[in-house]
Amino acid sequence: MMLQPLPSVQVLDVLCPMHVQVSATGHITHCGPTLRKLRPQGAWEGERLLEVFRVLRPRGVQHMSEFEDVTGKRLHLELRDAPRTTLKGVITKDAEQTGYILNTAFGISFLDAVRDFELSGADFAPTDPTVEMLYLVEAKSAAMDASRKLNVKLESAKKAAEKQAVTDGLTGLLNRRAMDDRLQLFIASATPFALMHVDLDFFKSVNDTLGHAAGDHVLLNVARIFRELTRDNDVVGRVGGDEFVLLLPGTAPQEELSRVGRRIINALEVPVNFKGDACRISGSIGTVISDSNSPPDADQMQDDADVALYASKHAGRGCQTFYHPDLRLAETAGTAPVSAR
Amino acid sequence: MHGLVLKAVQLFVTDCYGAAKWAELCAVAGFDFDDFEPMLMYDRATGDTTLTALEQVMRRPVAEVCEDIGTYLASHPNTEGLRRLLRFGGANLEEFLHSLDELPDRVRLAMPDLILPRVELREHSFHSFSLTCYGDIPGFGHVLAGLVRTMIDDYGALAMVEHGGGGQGIETVLITLLERSFTEGRDFELWGDAA
Repeated sequence: MMLQPLPSVQVLDVLCPMHVQVSATGHITHCGPTLRKLRPQGAWEGERLLEVFRVLRPRGVQHMSEFEDVTGKRLHLELRDAPRTTLKGVITKDAEQTGYILNTAFGISFLDAVRDFELSGADFAPTDPTVEMLYLVEAKSAAMDASRKLNVKLESAKKAAEKQAVTDGLTGLLNRRAMDDRLQLFIASATPFALMHVDLDFFKSVNDTLGHAAGDHVLLNVARIFRELTRDNDVVGRVGGDEFVLLLPGTAPQEELSRVGRRIINALEVPVNFKGDACRISGSIGTVISDSNSPPDADQMQDDADVALYASKHAGRGCQTFYHPDLRLAETAGTAPVSAR
Repeated sequence: MHGLVLKAVQLFVTDCYGAAKWAELCAVAGFDFDDFEPMLMYDRATGDTTLTALEQVMRRPVAEVCEDIGTYLASHPNTEGLRRLLRFGGANLEEFLHSLDELPDRVRLAMPDLILPRVELREHSFHSFSLTCYGDIPGFGHVLAGLVRTMIDDYGALAMVEHGGGGQGIETVLITLLERSFTEGRDFELWGDAA
């Protein structure tokens, strides 16, 4: 018994449901069942291939005779009917060497095509990975969605945590917000105290010449100095890049505060070694002592400390100035005030 | 344990029994949180504690509850995405059943760190199948039984699905198909909202 080969039409409809068979004259003689759905109104058999498809690439394929040159190559096709679905294709001579067989696939346009033509799983050859690609698209968007939700959640948690943070991330000293709270607390509890505003001198040049790592190293050392030279109930905070505030409770006389300031400045001026380079800084201090007679105002005290600090800077840095109303006169007059060196 | 698994338990309890029930479970489990994060990993103990608390607040054997979780996952509107992913497994019931073999691989394509037990489908006769799962996610076989039963219904077939017992990391789910086209089944289009 001779086995009769299946007609190629039947074979190809199973293996390649998106193929077309074309005669030597360029007319479609057969269309696969899935491709047929892409042109629901139009006829296929008898139409000229190039009137149904436009060849986007390679460019310039205008005539059937030119298909000879592109057999076996990757074709980019577009259906001329709306919605102008794009397809990938490959064309080859048929077994009789008279006509052509063009097979097509959706390529990247599969998402739109499946929707536009309401295709189902049965429309794809069992070997076609399109359904798996659709699965992947949905699975990935679900995972992305969960991931996005997590990111939003983490972002808002981070913001909330930052808002609640009371310490400076680098030095572990209190931050500006926490210092403001402590200052209010001192005032509310009528605790007598001194406010020392310390501004590092020459810190910027360390940062600029030796880099931020050196700068951070110096700041950590500064924080260590403050911790060592203050008492347990003193409050130290970093309120700016190179600005620190010390709240010193008690009724220490100005001379004692002068000594504290001097010790701090001396310690700051000890060069710090960073990878072989000596980092040299100093500090200027403006100090204000709470008035025992009238309840102090936080903003006023900070402003007074600023004025005293400015006087220290003006006096050549590396010194401490105690606030006195005359400093404001000197500030406006532009004359150098007297500083406690 | 993968957060997605625990989140599935949370959604099941919340969607089917209400937020108060979930709060009760968290209290029984002694959690200091009430929301599992599907994209994070939790330790094995958290998973075990969740299952123990689940059994306690549901006042039913955990096996039964796990089957309900499978049904929930394959049919609740809030988990429609998962049902769609399962339907991508096959254009018809046969293809779907055979796609269960690749379930762990399919899951891993989407979530590389979610490792599901290996599942093997055996076809004993035209009507009779069994699923063998090899793995150590507690209750997995029961969840699978509920899920497969619901998906067979989704494809419009009528079947008996039961957990065939297990031990030593192996569980069996028995499937007896009574009628292949019992109903129309539920609609499934390849294109969805995400696509």
